[in-house]
Amino acid sequence: MTADAVRPNLPPLSLHVPEPRFRPGDAVDFADVEVPPAGAQPRPDTAAEAASFHELAYTLVRVLDEEGRAVGPWNPKLDPDTLRKMLRDMALVRAFDERMFRAQRQGKTSFYMKCTGEEAVAIAAAHALASDDMCFPSYRQQGLLITRGYSLVQMMNQIYSNKGDDLQGKQLPIMYSSREKGFFSISGNLATQYPQAVGWAMASAAKGDTRIAATWCGEGSTAEGDFHSAMTFATVYKAPVILNVVNNQWAISSFSGFAGAEATTFAARALGYGIAGLRIDGNDALAVYAATQWAAERARTNQGPTLIEHFTYRAEGHSTSDDPSQYRSAGEPTAWPLGDPIARLKQHLIALGEWDEERHAEQDRELAEMVKAAQKEAEKNGILGHGLHQPLDSLFDGVFEEMPWHLKEQQQMMIAEEEASGRPWARKK
Amino acid sequence: MNMIQAINSAMDVMMDRDPSVIVMGEDVGYFGGVFRATAGLQAKYGKTRVFDTPITECGIIGVAIGMGAYGLRPVPEIQFADYIYPALDQLVSEAARLRYRSAGQFTAPLTVRSPFGGGIFGGQTHSQSPEGIFTHVSGVKTVIPSTPYDAKGLLIAAIEDNDPVIFFEPKRIYNGPFNGHWDRPAENWSKHPGGEVPEGYYRIDLGKAAIVRPGEALTILAYGTMVHVVQATVEELGIDAEIIDLRTLVPLDIETIEESVRKTGRCMVVHEATRTSGFGAELASLVQERCFYHLEAPVERVTGFDTPYPHSLEWAYFPGPVRIGQALKKILKD
Ligand SMILES: Cc1ncc(C[n+]2csc(CCOP(=O)(O)OP(=O)(O)O)c2C)c(N)n1
Repeated sequence: MTADAVRPNLPPLSLHVPEPRFRPGDAVDFADVEVPPAGAQPRPDTAAEAASFHELAYTLVRVLDEEGRAVGPWNPKLDPDTLRKMLRDMALVRAFDERMFRAQRQGKTSFYMKCTGEEAVAIAAAHALASDDMCFPSYRQQGLLITRGYSLVQMMNQIYSNKGDDLQGKQLPIMYSSREKGFFSISGNLATQYPQAVGWAMASAAKGDTRIAATWCGEGSTAEGDFHSAMTFATVYKAPVILNVVNNQWAISSFSGFAGAEATTFAARALGYGIAGLRIDGNDALAVYAATQWAAERARTNQGPTLIEHFTYRAEGHSTSDDPSQYRSAGEPTAWPLGDPIARLKQHLIALGEWDEERHAEQDRELAEMVKAAQKEAEKNGILGHGLHQPLDSLFDGVFEEMPWHLKEQQQMMIAEEEASGRPWARKK
Repeated sequence: MNMIQAINSAMDVMMDRDPSVIVMGEDVGYFGGVFRATAGLQAKYGKTRVFDTPITECGIIGVAIGMGAYGLRPVPEIQFADYIYPALDQLVSEAARLRYRSAGQFTAPLTVRSPFGGGIFGGQTHSQSPEGIFTHVSGVKTVIPSTPYDAKGLLIAAIEDNDPVIFFEPKRIYNGPFNGHWDRPAENWSKHPGGEVPEGYYRIDLGKAAIVRPGEALTILAYGTMVHVVQATVEELGIDAEIIDLRTLVPLDIETIEESVRKTGRCMVVHEATRTSGFGAELASLVQERCFYHLEAPVERVTGFDTPYPHSLEWAYFPGPVRIGQALKKILKD
C-alpha cells in the first residue's frame, strides 16, 4: 500500500521521532540550554491578563544569581528564619530519601521514589502556600508533607505497610495521603489528580471559601488527557488553582521531547487555554517561592489559575525499579546548568551572613540522626516482609462504607482459608 | 527462553517478515520497555518502526487506530494493564467497532500488549486483571498466554489477526512458572517444557485451548499465571483433574470445554481477577447452559476478592493453593 501511493513528482514525507541529545557514553554539554540572568524577568501585577504572559511562559524566571544573591523583581525578600527553615526541610527530604532508598535495597519494602535535585519544587511551594490550602500531589512531592510537619515515622510506616500505617497497608509505598495536612491521596495513575484539584478549587470558590488548591505533575504526564481536561475546566471557571508542571527532563526513559518539549515549553501550554503561564528555575527555591506566592495571590483574588513550569532535573533514577545508566549519559546530573537546589540556597544564606558550612554540616548530621531514629521507631511496627502486619480481615475494610453481603461472604471465605492453612496471620481485635 | 524473550522474539519475527508491523509505547524504543520486552528492536528496525510515545494511553491507542487505518499493523504497549483505562474509550468505542460500523471499509488490526496480574507487590496500580472488561466488549479479542512457547505463537497469531487483539502478559510468570507458594524459591523457565521456544516463525491459532493435564475427576478452566498455580495444587493434592488452559478468552474454545466437562461432570474456573462479573461468571454460565445434564455439582469459581488489589495483604488476596484446595474439596464432596 505504502509504495504504491508514492507519486514520483512529490517529495516523500518523513516521520520525525525525537531523540535526546545525550545517550550513555556521550559527553554532555548543556551550553545551549538557555539560562537567562537572574532577576531579568518582569513581575506583572497578579491581575494582569493571561495573554500578557507570553514572554514569561518561554523564558526562565530566576532569583538567585551565580553568586547566590537574590536579585530582581521576583525576589520574595524572605527573612533569614524562613530561608533556614526551607533549607532544613530540603536537607531533611534528601536525608529521608537516602535512608528509604537504602531500606528498599535492603529488602525492607517493595518500592521507593526519590526527588533528589527537585526538593525546592515542593518545599518552597509549601512555604508559600497557606497551611490549609489543598495539595493534589504526584509522587515526588514528599517535601509538602515534610514542610507541613507530617511525622517521619508515619511516612515510614506507610512505606513499610506495617502495623502503624495510616493507610492500612492498602497503598503502594510513598503513595501517602493525609487529609489533615491537606495532602490528597496519591494515585499511581498519572495526571488523574489534575482535574481533581481543579474540582476542589471550583468547590472552594462556589462555597465562598478562602482556600485554594495546588497540583503537581511531571512533564511526561502533561500528555495525558486528564491534564488537558483540567486546563479547560480551570480556565472556564477561573478556578483558584495552581497547576505545577515539574519538568525534570525525563519521564522514565523518555526525555521531555516525547511530551512535546522540542516544539514549545510546558508553561506555554497555558497560553492556548488563556491561563497565566510562568516558566521558572525549579532549582532556585526563591523563584519557586515567588512564583507560588504570586500565583496564590492571583487565585485568592479571583483572577484565576496559573500554570507554573518548574525547570529542573531528575538527578537520580525514576524509582528503585529503574536504572538510568541504560538510557542517559552518566554526565548529565552533574553537568546540569542550574545546579543543586540545596547548594544554591545554602550559598545564598552564607552570602547573607546567616549560615556557614559548619552549621550546615552539623545540621546534616543532626538530620541524618533524626531520620535514623525515626526509622528505628517505624521498624518496631514491622517492615513489609511477607505483608503480615495488617489484620487479615482488614483486607475488606473500606471498599464501601458498609460491607455488602458478597464481601462479607468473601471475608468469611478468606478466614476459613486462613484457618485451613494454619498461617499465623493477625486478626482484628 | 523466558516469557519476555519469547515475546520479544515474536515481535522480532513479525517485524522482519512484515514491514507494516510497528511497535510503539511508553519507553519501548531506545530503552526497550520497562520489562525489556522490546529490547533491541529499535536498534534493528529503526526509530520510525519502534518508537517511544508520549504518556497518553488514549493517544497511543487512538494513534494506533489511525495507523491501522493507513495499513500498518501497530503493536502498542500499555506499560501496565492498570493504565489501559485512560485508553478505554478508544479501544471500546472505536477500535472494537470500526469494522462493524464501516461495513469493513476500515479495520483496526492492533495488538495491544500489556503486562497484567498480581503477585509482585505492585499495589493497586500495578496488579489488576482487567480482562473481563474486554471480554464484555464486542469486537476485541482477548489473549492470555501461560508459557513462553504459547506467548510467542499466540502473539504472532495476534499480530497477523486483522481484528483488534488485547494481549495480556501475566507478569508474575515472565521469568518462570509460579506455583502459588510465594515463600518457596522461584523456578525458571529452563526447567519447564513451555520454556523451549524455537527461534523462527510459528503460530498458535487464536481460539484454541490447551489441555495441559488430562484427567477424570473434574475440569479446571484457567489461564495465565493460574494455570501453574492450579497445576501445582492438583499435583500436591493428588487429584486427577483435567486442566484446560484457555489461552484465548475471546474467541473461546467452547468445544474443548464442553467435551471435557461432559466427560468429568464437574467444573471449576480459576482467575486472579475480582469475582463479580468476572470472566469466570461467563464460563460458569456457558458450562451450565451447555452441560447442565452432565453436571454432578455446581460450577465452582475461585477468584480474587471484590476489593482493590491490596499492597501488604497481597498474599491473602491472591487465589493460591489453599483457596483452590478448599474449592476442590467442596466440588468433589459427593
Ligand atoms: C496512566 C499511567 N500511565 C503510565 C504510568 C507508568 N509511569 C509511571 S511514572 C511514568 C513516567 C512519568 O514521568 P513524568 O510525568 O515526567 O514524571 P517524573 O517521574 O519525571 O517525575 C510512567 C510512564 C502510570 N503510572 N500511569
